Amino acid sequence: MKKTAFISAAAAAVMAFGATAASAATLDDVKARGELRCVVSTGLAGFAYTDSAGVYQGFDADFCRATAAAVLGDASKVKFVPATGKTRFTILNSGEGDVLWRNTTWTFVRDVDVKLTFVGVNYYDGQGFMVPKSLGVKSAKDLDGATVCIQTGTTTELNLADFFRTNKIKYEPVPIETNDESRTNYLAGRCDVYTTDASGLAATRSTFPNPKDHVILPEIISKEPLGPAVRQGDDAWGDTIRWVLNATLAAEELGITQANVAELAKGTNNPEINRMLGTEGDLGAMLGLQKDWVVKVISAVGNYSEIFERHIGPSTPIALERGLNALWTQGGLQYTPPFR
Amino acid sequence: MNTTTADHDMEGRSALSKLWTNREARSVILQILTMAALIGFFAFILTNAVANLAAVGKTFSYDFLGEPASYDINQSLIDYTSRDTHLRAGVVGLLNTGLVAICGIVLATVLGFILGVLRLSPNFLLNKISYVFIEFTRNVPVLLHILLIHGIIVHALPHPKVASTEYNLADLFFLSNRGVFAPKPLMEPLFWATIIAFVVGVGFTIWFRRHAKKVQDETGKIYPVFWISVAAIIGLPVIVFFITGAPINWDVPEFQRFNFKGGMVVLPEFMALWLALSLYTAAFIGEIVRAGILSVSHGQWEAAGALGIRRGRILNLVIIPQALRVIIPPLTSQYLNLTKNSSLAIAIGYMDIVATLGGISLMQTGKEMETMILVIAVYLVISLMISAFMNWYNKRIKLVER
Amino acid sequence: MSEVAQHYPPGQHPDMPPPAGQRGVLLWLRTNLFSSWINTLMTIVAVYLLYKIVPPLLDWAVLDAVMNAANRDECRQLGSGACWAFINDRFSILVYGFYPAAERWRVDMSFILLCLALVPVLFDHVPFRKPGLIFSCVYPLIAGWLLLGGFGLQPVGTDEFGGMMLNTVVGVTGIAFSLPLGILLALGRQSHLPIVKSCSVCFIEFIRGVPLITLLFVASTMLNYFLPPGTTFDLLLRVLIMVTLFSSGYIAEVVRGGLQAIPKGQYEAADSMGLKYWQSMRLIVLPQALKISIPGIVNTFIGLFKDTTLVLIIGLLDVLGIGKSSLADAQWNGLSNEIYVSIALFFFIFCFGMSRYSIYLEKKLDKGYKR
Repeated sequence: MKKTAFISAAAAAVMAFGATAASAATLDDVKARGELRCVVSTGLAGFAYTDSAGVYQGFDADFCRATAAAVLGDASKVKFVPATGKTRFTILNSGEGDVLWRNTTWTFVRDVDVKLTFVGVNYYDGQGFMVPKSLGVKSAKDLDGATVCIQTGTTTELNLADFFRTNKIKYEPVPIETNDESRTNYLAGRCDVYTTDASGLAATRSTFPNPKDHVILPEIISKEPLGPAVRQGDDAWGDTIRWVLNATLAAEELGITQANVAELAKGTNNPEINRMLGTEGDLGAMLGLQKDWVVKVISAVGNYSEIFERHIGPSTPIALERGLNALWTQGGLQYTPPFR
Repeated sequence: MNTTTADHDMEGRSALSKLWTNREARSVILQILTMAALIGFFAFILTNAVANLAAVGKTFSYDFLGEPASYDINQSLIDYTSRDTHLRAGVVGLLNTGLVAICGIVLATVLGFILGVLRLSPNFLLNKISYVFIEFTRNVPVLLHILLIHGIIVHALPHPKVASTEYNLADLFFLSNRGVFAPKPLMEPLFWATIIAFVVGVGFTIWFRRHAKKVQDETGKIYPVFWISVAAIIGLPVIVFFITGAPINWDVPEFQRFNFKGGMVVLPEFMALWLALSLYTAAFIGEIVRAGILSVSHGQWEAAGALGIRRGRILNLVIIPQALRVIIPPLTSQYLNLTKNSSLAIAIGYMDIVATLGGISLMQTGKEMETMILVIAVYLVISLMISAFMNWYNKRIKLVER
Repeated sequence: MSEVAQHYPPGQHPDMPPPAGQRGVLLWLRTNLFSSWINTLMTIVAVYLLYKIVPPLLDWAVLDAVMNAANRDECRQLGSGACWAFINDRFSILVYGFYPAAERWRVDMSFILLCLALVPVLFDHVPFRKPGLIFSCVYPLIAGWLLLGGFGLQPVGTDEFGGMMLNTVVGVTGIAFSLPLGILLALGRQSHLPIVKSCSVCFIEFIRGVPLITLLFVASTMLNYFLPPGTTFDLLLRVLIMVTLFSSGYIAEVVRGGLQAIPKGQYEAADSMGLKYWQSMRLIVLPQALKISIPGIVNTFIGLFKDTTLVLIIGLLDVLGIGKSSLADAQWNGLSNEIYVSIALFFFIFCFGMSRYSIYLEKKLDKGYKR
């Protein structure tokens, strides 16, 4: 009697939790499920953080929404899966997440050996250092003997070791798993220096009680192209993500904004806009998406520039300049292949 | 079982049910079934693992252990740089685990025995204080202790700059939120004389204790063993040390731009882990010691008292040897728990084996399976070693029944 | 014998109270605090310790504490002690995690039902014990339905579980499901069949030899590799599986202790009645063995309940995880003592209560045996 109760309880639990299947065709899975599982950071101001209502907001979170808008036609059908540096690849590889929009650096090992496919770069970043102004440090080369807070499992950890080694500077690393804890330790004075991607430094600094008391040193010691990643071996899904990102960039190039996209979707003189927005040809069908997928993306989150300005641009507390992330026509690196 | 009657009784039944009613046959069948289920289970998960690894294109290999780790570790008992291999990083982590486990076991044992004795103290106040301490400590998760102590050290202790002027002891020891800084001894060649003196002192003490016991057994004469031991182990090396002209230099920590430079440092992460594990385990050991002492019947106290032995000696010679037999087995499991709990180091960033091999190496190489299997194997070996040692010790002090 | 004839020296009459030093407070003080010079010394040390610890602690926790404030700075202005306003602000998230606010009654409900389900298990003499036990057995189903939803209730994902509720879910599920498994393992360890026995021993020793945290890492990073390709389990379910396996190893040892305490005569009596193995176990041995194992099982549960905080290391937000992440809030940055002390108090109340219960049981059982 007792035993049967236990067995039935266990069976019910398994059913309730739901054992789900992840097959090679992620796009079909997502459509069938009616929900996109998007892996994001556990908390990084400006990029992916929960607001006071517990809803994920930020630059990366909006790209998740853009993806959901393109695939499912509804930007709200996203389940955010927060991941630490340690768990992010496992979550993706095991099928708990469909796509990783979590400022993750595109590196050779991750692309080839960890079996991910990086499909683009949504933010060109580089590793920097932040120190309290009161220390009077002007350059990272002055940091001999300093204590440095780093997030473990990231490329920053490796860059840091290389940088200090090549410059023959001694330091004490304080390895910490999440950005939140690094921040707490840095503010408590456990370490003198906080290092991560420059965008992350700015984002973290914006949450300090007195942001003005901290400076970001001029040195950028690494290349950190941050971009979305998917499981290796699912090219169709990779294409989808790549072209969602490209669509936001192309929209900025072509002047398509959240405000005018509905108007432009009625038809224009520009054939490329027409092809993108689905009034001419059927690029959407080639991806296995609706004809008006770009319209859905842009009307949900806007073009690249709008996403940028809304979450991390100069008018936000994070106050990042476009810099390398400006369009190629404006001296930046953001460049999309044509929609043709 | 009588087979002929069995045949009689079960004429109509099948051969299978006949086998089932035979006790030996049934046990064989049951075991074969268990074995088959077990093999089936492992075959199932292994084929799954192979298929899953192939699906994400990973291979199972330990080659990564020979590659450079590329990350730095802030506390290492052996030389380590970021160019050393993952294997060496793992060894550094293992040594750190060992360090905190051994320090923790020593402190927890000392504190635990003190607490246990205090719990039995006739002094009402001390008795109650130790009771409150024990109950509070052991009913709160050890992870919380670790985080709490780490939080206090990091948030409440001063920055090294403040510590260099305010929290210092004779300009030699400093207490800051970057750790405890102390002078580091730098030995000159002649220091070997002191070490030799120490070894001689220990050797002499061992011999002298045996000799004293023999004398006591034969004549009843009692030497002041304790004080002579102290003199031999501490006094002799000290004298030799000064005769050879104090051949030691001290590298005194000095505050520089960011932090203290030179000297020895005990990092806050180590302190937090060490103190938390020791206090938590000491609370359990305290209760074990108390139960052990109580298990020795009161008659033993009275009998020893009737022989005119002093209270301290009764405890030493009569009560504790008997109590130890009750204390040792649960004490072993506490030592095991402490060692296993040291894996919580990862919560505050102390670089033990879970944090190096099972943490950073895992993340940097993406070899979840390989690293986790290695870490689990290491803990199993440590656990087995501690139990083996304590079993040996337990056997040694076991009551010899005649 | 007449009363007047009796003469006592002055002050020696038996009806007189004992001298001042030998009664009441003074006697108690003398025997308990000042019985010898060493005792007196210890008393002085203890009083000094108390003087050093208690008043500052009281100032911090009560007298100078701030109950209501909007943020840390306001707290610091209002008082120099603990900023309990922070806990006030975070209380509901510490208890319920991210469980939808409108559905929180379901968590309360399942907790109340849990208490009801525990009564018949823990106490002998309660009315309606038989139907109560049946209710205890189906309780996991009811609780699962209440917490997860479905069948008429709004479904709630396990990623919204958190706070103390998550600790309770993991702890209670772990112990409930590990009991049958632990009993089987304990029987296996006592079995005469060498293969069954060695398998049980290997499993138990393996589980007891590795830290829970490594098993949780296995759950979070590796377990999916062992499932048939294409299946994934929810993280909480994987954690529950691992926690159940973990505590079953410990329960097995507790039950084995109980089994060994049953006199051999009981086994023999069962055999002589012609009972089969499972019958004799079910009717004779296990009821007795389990009864004396209950204190050990409660202690295992206390240990497991405390260990549920470890799930924060693999990213589940239990009460400690939520407390820790609240520390990073810009409004309340760095109030680690307040948060940790209140969580410690929560665990202390629960675990101390349970340990009192297990001591009460031990005493009761002890009496039963001594008669």
